[in-house]
Amino acid sequence: MTKLDIGELPEAGRAISDMSMIEAIRDAMDVCMGRDENVVVFGEDVGYFGGVFRCTADLQEKYSSQRVFDSPINESGIVGVGVGMAAYGLRPCVEVQFADYIYPAYDQIVSEAARLRSRSAGDFTAPITIRTPCGGGIFGGQTHSQSPESLFTHVAGLKTLMPSNPYDAKGMLIAAIEDNDPVVFFEPKRLYNGPFDGHHDRPAQSWKGHPLGAVPEGHYTVPLGKARIAREGAAVSVITYGTMVYVATQAAEEMGIDAEVIDLRSLNPLDMDTIRDSVQKTGRCLVLHEATLTSGFGAELSAKIQEHCFYHLEVPIKRVAGWDTPYPHAQEWHYFPSPKRVGLALQSLVEETV
Amino acid sequence: MPDYQPLRLRVPEPTSRPGDQPDFSAFHFPVAGSVSKPPIDVDFNDIIEHAMTTIRVLNKDGEAVGPWADSISDDILLKGLRAMLTTRVFDERMMALQRQGKTSFYMKCTGEEAIAVGHQLALQQGDMNFPTYRQQGLLIAQDYPLENMINQILSNAHDPLKGRQLPIMYSAKDHGFFSISGNLGTQYIQAVGWAMASAIKGDTRVASAWIGDGATASNDFHAALVNASVYRPPVILNIVNNQWAISTFSGFAGEGRDTTFAERAHGYSIAALRVDGNDFPAVYAVSKWAAERARRGYGPTLIEWVTYRVAPHSTADDPSRYRPKEESDAWPMGDPVLRLKNHLIQRGIWSEQQHQDLEGELTQHIRDIAKTCTEHGILGEGSKACDMFEDVYETMPAHLVAQKQECEALNND
Repeated sequence: MTKLDIGELPEAGRAISDMSMIEAIRDAMDVCMGRDENVVVFGEDVGYFGGVFRCTADLQEKYSSQRVFDSPINESGIVGVGVGMAAYGLRPCVEVQFADYIYPAYDQIVSEAARLRSRSAGDFTAPITIRTPCGGGIFGGQTHSQSPESLFTHVAGLKTLMPSNPYDAKGMLIAAIEDNDPVVFFEPKRLYNGPFDGHHDRPAQSWKGHPLGAVPEGHYTVPLGKARIAREGAAVSVITYGTMVYVATQAAEEMGIDAEVIDLRSLNPLDMDTIRDSVQKTGRCLVLHEATLTSGFGAELSAKIQEHCFYHLEVPIKRVAGWDTPYPHAQEWHYFPSPKRVGLALQSLVEETV
Repeated sequence: MPDYQPLRLRVPEPTSRPGDQPDFSAFHFPVAGSVSKPPIDVDFNDIIEHAMTTIRVLNKDGEAVGPWADSISDDILLKGLRAMLTTRVFDERMMALQRQGKTSFYMKCTGEEAIAVGHQLALQQGDMNFPTYRQQGLLIAQDYPLENMINQILSNAHDPLKGRQLPIMYSAKDHGFFSISGNLGTQYIQAVGWAMASAIKGDTRVASAWIGDGATASNDFHAALVNASVYRPPVILNIVNNQWAISTFSGFAGEGRDTTFAERAHGYSIAALRVDGNDFPAVYAVSKWAAERARRGYGPTLIEWVTYRVAPHSTADDPSRYRPKEESDAWPMGDPVLRLKNHLIQRGIWSEQQHQDLEGELTQHIRDIAKTCTEHGILGEGSKACDMFEDVYETMPAHLVAQKQECEALNND
């Protein structure tokens, strides 16, 4: 069961189109650039070619190379230029081609974008959005599969987002670009063309016909810091985001477990109210992500849930995550948390008694 | 078997260490007035030699000579001298405050005053500097309130940055002075981005990037040059080569006997000039030239300002442990304040007496201001304990609201 939990409701009668996540992301930038001439878009292969994932297709033709352009292969430069532009008063939406390649920009993101408002007491701000495709499940190997979100949730001054569907991707990206704080916007590339439940042996699905692939035209936002209940349930809460939303839902169906799946959407700020309500209702909790386990964002989630829901917990919180290894190539499906692995975790959670 | 000798790592060494005679024999400075002044739309290729020589205006008799000497008014020269002297006196006073335990930290720019002051006077209202921690002259040259600077240094109740920043990491947007970061090199590429924004908006404002010799080794230096090369935005890329990065001589940033920092620009098709950084008229004239070039759309200019870091790196540094004590006195380009003073006297618009009077007046003035500032608190006194939670984000998220309440509860005990 899928429940649409949207922020600002589209006006009645607004046209809705079937969009992939790629199209929704592209549409979000199109909407923002049309509304605000201070929005500029750049990154490697983003301009003329329209992005290696097509997320910026035709934007340069529509808005000119003054506002949409290719950049040198230098991530520190991409973000550093963006911070300078933001200081001038523009609203840059930049792309880092793969999240695995965001590390050269880490100094600019952590030491500069994140702290600029605080260190200048609001004299300067950095309203920059950094889009970056993340996650595995595509045989991307070590440097096309990583999920480095916890390296950013740890940083004061940043907002960290990860949508899981076209509707959210558009509404969240518009909200991010319009937000006056720096945002790292992770896009699970495995979800670009369709939802993925971890069954790699079955035909790939498309967003066409999926309720969350129905994307309103024009401007709307999904508020930052607001989670979505992807599947309602009463037996166990799954706190997750990105591709794992579908894996969790599939695992619950397969095991016949009445799990409630929370799609966080925004990791920082975090919607503790929705998490708390769910875990206090179910008393059992699985924290699930693709990223490696140790010091991953799941550790923060577990700690917070323990603090907020301790007396409601019937059994210890369980974490399912990527193994503490670099993301492998041949062993893709042994690494990627599978419906089976998630299902077994759910089963042990609901069967466990103290 | 070929007869290979074992390889050996080359580790650069400065020409002299403590106890040695200072040795600047590797520097070859041409006589003042001998370097040409190209048109502002010059192709970088046509002024390659300008990156290998040194532009100088003041000769040894204190006269302004050559093609770079023509555009400077008495007014600018007098303003420049006053700002440079203010900067020097200010540095001395702040050093004293640190020694008295009223602030935790300070960094002087002694010997480098002409660069920031001369450059600022060549810029226009609305231009933006992206300074390092050693360009306080940019603020002083435009009469930024010294109170603001001292309150920031003291982290007191009137600190514009509310006690959040290490002393001297100023921020003054209205004065074209970007927030200083402790992370070296980062602002260099940001300046390029700011200039790109100016171009995107069809503005005519100019960005000025600042970096020291040591930090030219940082990644962002190269990021800045490649982006400046690609997009040709209105940016001036300043390198202040003061020979020293804390204890490390400029050879570790890649400077060599036959190479200059300015020459690096050529690989990026960027026009470059090398200038006597202790020669105020030269600093002003070259800055004016580069700003005009940028403002008229002819693209970026890289300027290497050759100078010498006379003072310790910071109040936490003791240079006598790594370089000769007499080295700063031996610097062949002398002292920028004295050289400008001599020029003004030679020009007939200044006197030894006026100079002494001004120095006395400024010393008293800054002493008075510092005294008033210390009344607002020293070493963080008067800063609000829980103010650190503000400005992390535009609006405070729930987790910070909770942490702020916890902080406040502790302070109400």
